[in-house]
Amino acid sequence: MQSLSNRKKVVSDKPMNFMEKIYLPAILGGMWITFKHLFRKNNTVKYPEEQRVFAPVYRGMHVLKRDEQGRENCTACGLCAVACPAEAITMEAAERVKGEENLYREEKYAATYDINMLRCIFCGLCEEACPKEAIFLTDRIVPSEFEREDFLFGKDKLVEPMNARIDVTKRQHTGQRGTK
Amino acid sequence: MDSGLIIEKLVLVAIIFSISLLIAMYATYFERKVAAWFQDRIGPDRAGPFGILQPLADGVKMFMKEDFIPSHSDKWLFILGPGISMFTSLITSAIIPWGEDLTIFGNTVALQVADFNIGILFIMGVLSVGIYGIMIGGWASNNKYSLFGAIRASSQMISYELAMGVSVITIVMMTGSLSLKDIVQDQHGMNWNIFYQPVCFIVFFVCALAETNRAPFDLPECESELIGGYHTEYSSMKLGFFLFAEYVSMFISSAIIAILFFGGYNFPGMDYFSGNALAILSIIAFFTKIFFFIFVFMWIRWTLPRFRFDQLMHLGWKSLIPIALINLLITGLVIALNKGWF
Ligand code: SF4
Ligand code: SF4
Repeated sequence: MQSLSNRKKVVSDKPMNFMEKIYLPAILGGMWITFKHLFRKNNTVKYPEEQRVFAPVYRGMHVLKRDEQGRENCTACGLCAVACPAEAITMEAAERVKGEENLYREEKYAATYDINMLRCIFCGLCEEACPKEAIFLTDRIVPSEFEREDFLFGKDKLVEPMNARIDVTKRQHTGQRGTK
Repeated sequence: MDSGLIIEKLVLVAIIFSISLLIAMYATYFERKVAAWFQDRIGPDRAGPFGILQPLADGVKMFMKEDFIPSHSDKWLFILGPGISMFTSLITSAIIPWGEDLTIFGNTVALQVADFNIGILFIMGVLSVGIYGIMIGGWASNNKYSLFGAIRASSQMISYELAMGVSVITIVMMTGSLSLKDIVQDQHGMNWNIFYQPVCFIVFFVCALAETNRAPFDLPECESELIGGYHTEYSSMKLGFFLFAEYVSMFISSAIIAILFFGGYNFPGMDYFSGNALAILSIIAFFTKIFFFIFVFMWIRWTLPRFRFDQLMHLGWKSLIPIALINLLITGLVIALNKGWF
């Protein structure tokens, strides 16, 4: 078959000739290659100071969205928890009482909602499963902590604050399902 | 022996001891930097400016770790192993001539702790004892991977020590002396042994790589198959000792390579200097050579993949030993011819 890249090399197991057997030419050639790398520019991104540019669909730390009027979207249906392959999501549902219509969009809401960030594999299936467009993964990185318990992210860390809304309009699952 | 000489030697011992440790410490830092540069990275740069406090941070980390002794291990041998490794790598520095004689307050100070007349033999002996640290440590761990590492270390040592010994004999034949001081003085100026014995140098260098367990001959530790080999079960500063001993012996090996083949502290144009200027310049020349070889050791580590064990044995027994022997024979003939023995 014709080679597409013109870089194809046919593998052979013919016995090594003398120059190959003494290894030295190959070793010096290899050392020359590594030596040239000494003077190359490094590719390091010094993380906390600089950050790599993420794609808008990057799967990082989750956010629990509010709608335009600031009401929490999540209705505690549990579909995300069922979809989650790592079983990272747990929640408790509660019924919305009168006077809370400005807090929760649906009649049922999540009283607690926890994601264990050490279990989560950032697959994004929770985002895909959610019928209410309530949970999204974002391009934020989960901060590092010293204690295991600190990776249990509750609603305090997940629900987006009113004064710092998080833009998810570029994500694949935005606006796919009608919001009733 | 008068007390002045004892004090002088003790001071020299203290200085050499701390310099060896300091260089070994910074060799660990430098190794990571070199690895990073070869791989287009930056390397450790967080601890202090350019990361120069990294070895301290590593040391503190090593000390803070839990010092664990497996319950099935032989406790005393387990503790002894790293100690032997460290001890033997450090003790070889005693007979290395570090430079021309220095004159301090009218006293002539030889920059060598002890000028044995069997210097190079002493080094070979100590190096072979050094492998016992690895063997004992690997054996005492009572772990199959450690045992494999220990067995590999010993068989590797046996197969390379021979070729190394023969190549050393070649140099000794040329010099006519086993003393390191004589070997160095014989290569005055630019009259280095490498120009007469390039083959011998290659054999010796390969053997030195194998002796110090550096890549591509790092089969005793071999992370990918033996999970660290002889130091699998070690933790805390005992592990630190093993790793550190490797860097100390790398330093000493570089010094010995420089002495045997690259003229030790000799440098071209040294006849124009005398007295303390010559002494200091010779020390600088010697350390430049040592640092260059440490760099080459690292360079090779980050270039070559690890040898397979049968390739290693093949290289040792079927290539290096015959080459070294033939080289020895030819050298002997040439020396005999020059002396007019035929
Ligand atoms: S991203 Fe995947 S693993 Fe993480 S919580 Fe969502 S479904 Fe679970
Ligand atoms: S985040 Fe979405 S899927 Fe999960 S419980 Fe809330 S509404 Fe249901």
